[in-house]
Formats: sequence, structure tokens, C-alpha cells
Amino acid sequence: MSLKSKDLVSIRGLDASDIGLILETAAGFKDVLGRDIKKVPALRGKTTVNLFYEPSTRTRTSFELAAKRLSTDVVNFSVSTSSVVKGESLRDTALTIQALGADIIIVRHSCSGVAHFLADNLGASVVNAGDGTNEHPTQALLDLFTIQERKEAIKGLRVAIVGDILHSRVAKSNMYALTTMGAKVRLIGPPTLVPEALEELGVEIFSDMDKGLRDVDIVMMLRIQMERQGKGFFPTTVEYFRNWGLTPERLSRAKKDALVMHPGPMNRGVEIASDVADGHNSVILDQVTNGLAVRMAVLYLLAGVKG
Amino acid sequence: MKIAIRNGRIIDPARGIDGIGDLVIEDGKIKAVKSQKSKGRSQRPEITGATREIDARGKLVLPGLVDLHVHLREPGYEYKETIRTGTAAAVRGGVTSVCCMPNTNPVNDNASVTEFILKKASAEGACWVYPIGAITKGQKGEELAEMSIMHEAGCVAFSDDGRPVMDSLMMRRALEYSKVMNVPLISHCEDLSLSSGGVMNEGLLSVTLGLKGIPPQAEEIMVARDIALAELTGGRLHIAHISTEGSVALVRAAKKRGIADVTAETCPHYFSATEEAVGDYRTNAKVNPPLRRKRDVEAIKEGLHDGTIDVIATDHAPHHRDEKLGEFDFAPSGISGLETLIGLSMRLVDEGVLSHEGLVEKTAVNPARIIGVDRGTLAPGAAADLTVVDTETEYTVGAAKFVSRGKNTPFDGWVLSARPVITISLGRIHEWE
Repeated sequence: MSLKSKDLVSIRGLDASDIGLILETAAGFKDVLGRDIKKVPALRGKTTVNLFYEPSTRTRTSFELAAKRLSTDVVNFSVSTSSVVKGESLRDTALTIQALGADIIIVRHSCSGVAHFLADNLGASVVNAGDGTNEHPTQALLDLFTIQERKEAIKGLRVAIVGDILHSRVAKSNMYALTTMGAKVRLIGPPTLVPEALEELGVEIFSDMDKGLRDVDIVMMLRIQMERQGKGFFPTTVEYFRNWGLTPERLSRAKKDALVMHPGPMNRGVEIASDVADGHNSVILDQVTNGLAVRMAVLYLLAGVKG
Repeated sequence: MKIAIRNGRIIDPARGIDGIGDLVIEDGKIKAVKSQKSKGRSQRPEITGATREIDARGKLVLPGLVDLHVHLREPGYEYKETIRTGTAAAVRGGVTSVCCMPNTNPVNDNASVTEFILKKASAEGACWVYPIGAITKGQKGEELAEMSIMHEAGCVAFSDDGRPVMDSLMMRRALEYSKVMNVPLISHCEDLSLSSGGVMNEGLLSVTLGLKGIPPQAEEIMVARDIALAELTGGRLHIAHISTEGSVALVRAAKKRGIADVTAETCPHYFSATEEAVGDYRTNAKVNPPLRRKRDVEAIKEGLHDGTIDVIATDHAPHHRDEKLGEFDFAPSGISGLETLIGLSMRLVDEGVLSHEGLVEKTAVNPARIIGVDRGTLAPGAAADLTVVDTETEYTVGAAKFVSRGKNTPFDGWVLSARPVITISLGRIHEWE
């Protein structure tokens, strides 16, 4: 079994069986991560490049560790020391990295569509580690993996995604992945940050968080980017927290065993109260651990596809 | 030199002619036109002694088209296009008069740039070039440019094009002042605060692609404002590249009420393609205003049909390949449009939106009238600008083969069925297989 494409650029391009295969493969790697020796020789001799145009610590580290535990050589292409500052085009940079022998290029960029562009222009496998406000597919996959560990099936679950949907690639990828796997998705947030057009995709939209959280199985919180404050999306983080912050009281609207998730990094007191982030419903650190296993699965499966 | 074009279907709406006939050119001017259905005598012309005989049987013989909206890029952006290549592309597209937008470097905001363009055009151009001057110095929207002096130098209209005059008072003054020259102001209608750096039409597609959207209202607000200012001032307003249903409705209402001297144009891409053309981040479909929804395409066709929209112009916006090859957000907006103008527009005739005559009105007669030049007709004595169009060919658009330096088109690979086979411009005959 393998994936149909050499690249993982978006969840939109995957069907339920692709997602199922990745999650199943990830379960195997999670076992590996629990062992004393956390490394397998599966991709020995392959070269992985982290091409990050945007600052990132957790995602880059997670990919780096995942690649190392599969025994590939990993190079971090750092933007500050690169020729990007000299005005080299995206395509030239990517072709250069490919010419150095990269088999897998993991890319993060502030522009939507960059992963698509590189996938079209390169023979190497391209993994999207977040492109603009488009998608962040491995985050959605690790979220699904985390849900699946705790709930019997994803199908039929009610999932609320709360916050800045408009600018969130995590929300986008999760919405597609959850819908593909048969969950019911609700989007909650101020109308300035939740595009009404998404209703056409069959999701429900709420600006009233208390209503939106009623009887949900999963609450996915999104990071509020502080720079949105004062740009007309919402007045202040104080008012935001009052209306869309996840407090213990708000969480009580959801099912008793509801899972609380967050892709990190969190703004405690802005979108999530510390009591909830550290509470027994929270699986936030599980998400981080599972991210490794899921990224190992993705790299492993893509390496099996001939470009 | 005497040229005879025989047996073509001659369409000259300016004189109510649409019929099979012969046309004679002598010394760069139309000498005689005889067609079976012309309103007048319908006898075959006596043509003798022609040094060149052209058989146009089964083809259309049209006045050379007049394109109100072209970016020739020179001076300053010769790597995108030059006056030489841009006018050659025009001629390839059946266009024999182009109005070139002022967003060059330096901006055409003073007579010396205007004179440079005209000098270059007369030395290297393949067709007539009519410069459009900037409304404000540097297109900055702050101070009026020397419109009257530029008009004397040859500017036929004024526009800040892609950098619309956001200040309503400045636009009011410009419309008032333009009455001195009796020229139109051409307005690129975009409320920049609302479009706010958007790169495609706003809607489900922009959200799912993660691209910043431009709502139709960003255009419509400015269409409404400019109509109101034209009403206030009595100045002549020409609205560039209409792309939305709402804009069509606003112009229609303004014309119906007769409150303002307003004309409007659209471009082939706005009646030929929707936002879907953006697909997975295809930068060649990035254009401003952006490609819209199906309902907008339908409304624009209706606007062309009922006369709300007077003109089809290309907004020919050539860019270098490298500029379009990369991040969608960073790619410049624009479509290289001259060489698909006739092919795409003739589809409107096939669909019954326009008659052949109507198409020539939108692409030659009306634009010539708006800028007040003596073009767009095959009347005896007029300059022999014409194009012979084969409407029964079937060909695949090949951007790589464009005469223009700009190969940026979302229509690459489209199969079209009309294209010029001969264009006569500035006394030269251009022929293609």
C-alpha cells in the first residue's frame, strides 16, 4: 500500500482510504517511539530538507525528529543564511536544493499555494508544512490520529473548531479531513474571522460559542494571532476572550468527555484558560507526541511513491 | 500602391454596411467600397490596375480594431513589452489603434513622456498609438498632472489606471478640469481600502485556496462614486474593465436616468472565464479586477447585449515569464490579451450575444468615438486600417507563439475559431497562415 501522489500538499487531495492508511502507518511508528531505541532504518540513505520560509520551532523540530528517526539525513535550510535574501526566486532555490540530492522537501511558506507550486516543479517529494492560509495537512492528520486514540471512530463525531478560521491553515486542513472521515464540523468565532462561504461545504457556523459547543465531542482551539488585534477583526483580546475564550464553564456545554485540542503555541488567557489547557480533557501534549509518529508515517509513505 | 480585397463580407457599422463586396485601397487610404447590401448603389466596383489582389472569400473584412486599454510598458519595462512588440501583437490581433496606459517608468504624466511614446511609435510602431495620460502626477492621486499640455502633445484620455484616484475631491477636480479638453477620464474602479491587497475574487474558492479575496463591491463602490461625481461635474467618465454584475447594473441605471456622461468597457476575460480559472494557483489567471463568478459573466454578456457596456478592450498587460512563475501572492496581475481579442469576442457572436456589427461597434466604432479619433470605419477617405478575419478556422491558442513579449494568458490551449489572417495597418500588409 502507498499513497497515490509523490507529495502531500493538501488534505483536499486525499480520500478516506489515504487518510486511513496514514493513520494506520502512524500507529506502527508510535510503537517505535515508545521503545528504548527510537529509530528505524526505513529511509536510510535518503535526504530530507526542511525548507522553512517562516519561523517555526515546533513543526520544524517535529519534522526533523521524524526524519531522523527514519534514518534519513536532514538538512535545515535556514532562510536567514540563505540566498533568499539576495532575491533568488522560490523555484531557483527549490531546484538548487533538489540538485543537491534532496529526496524529500518539507516546505513552510507565508504564501498560499507554494507547496502546490513546488510539487509541480520538482521531482522530489514535497511535504506541505503550512502554506499561507491554505493548509497544514500533517497537523490535521495528527489531530485525527489523536482523536482516534481516544474515541472509537471519527465518523459521526461532532467537532467544534473555534477562532480565526479565515487565517488558519490548521482549521482548513482539519475541516477537510474531518469531513472526509465523516465527522460533523462546526466553526465558531466572530463573523470577521469565519467566512460564511464555508457553509457551502456543509459545515455549521456559530458566532455564539455557548450554542456552538453544545454536545460536541471535540473542541479544537486555534491560536489567535495578536497582530489581528486592532485590525478590525475584533476590538481587543479581552473582548475576544470574553466571547470566544475557552473557559471551564464554556467547556461544560460540550460533552463531559469532550477532548480539548490546540495546535500550539497557545496564548493562555486569550483563546484558552489555563485551567482548561491543563485540565483532564486536554490532549494538547498528546498532539505533539503524535505529530512525530504521523510525520514519520507521511515521510515513509511518500518515499515509497516513485516521482 | 493599389490593393483590392475581393469577395469578403465587409462590415462597417459606421456606415450601415454588412455585405459581400470588394474594397479598394490606394495610397494608404480606403478608395472605394462596394458591397451588395450597402445602403446605396449595389453594383460591383470597377477595380483595375490593382498591384495586389487579396481574395477574402468566406472571410470578414472589418475596420481595424481600436483598443482603449493596452499596456505597452515602454518606457521603463521593456523586458515585459515594447512599443515595437506591443503594436506588432496588436496588429496580429486585428487591432490597428491602441491606447496605451500611463503606468510606465517614468509615468506618462507630462508631455515629454507623451512625446517620447509618440516618437517611438512613429519610428517603430506597427499601428496607431494614442497615449493616455495620467490624471495625477506620478499616479499618486495628490496633484493634477498637466492634462491640457499633455492633451496638446497627443493624449486622448486620462487615467491613473491601476492606482485609482481614491480621494473623491481629487477625482471631482479632475472630472471638472477634463472638460477643458473635452476628453474622458478612464477610471479603474477599485476601493483600495476594501480590496486591501486581495489577489482573486472573494468567495468560497478564495477561502479554500487561502488567498485573499477582493469582493465585487470593491469595484461597485467606486463605480457608484464615479458615476455620482460625473453627475456632479458634467465631466466625461469612461469606466474601465467592468467585471461584476453590480457594476453593470449601476452603469445601466445611470444611462437610463441620463444623469451622467458615462461609458463603460469590459475585457474578453471577464466574459470568457470565471474565478475557477485560478485552479490550483495559476498565476496566469491573476488579473485585476479578478475573474469573477458565473453570474457576473452572464451579467456582462447581458450588458454588452443591451448596450450598457459600450466597449470591449483587452487590458493587454504583458508580464515576464519569471514574474508569473512563483508565489501567487507576489505574481503581478494581468493578461496578455491582444492576440486572443477576436477569437474570444467572436464567441459572443456565436452565442447570439452580439451581432457581427455589434462586435465591430464594441471593438472599433465606439472606442474611436469615445477618444474622438477618426478610426473604426471603412469609409472612403479613411486610413486603410483593416483586418480580414477567418471565422471558420479552428486553432489552439499557443501562448508561446504570441508576438507579444507577454505570454501570460489563461487561455493557452483553448480552441478558438476566429482569428485575423491579414491586417493592414499604416499602409503595410501583414499576413499569416
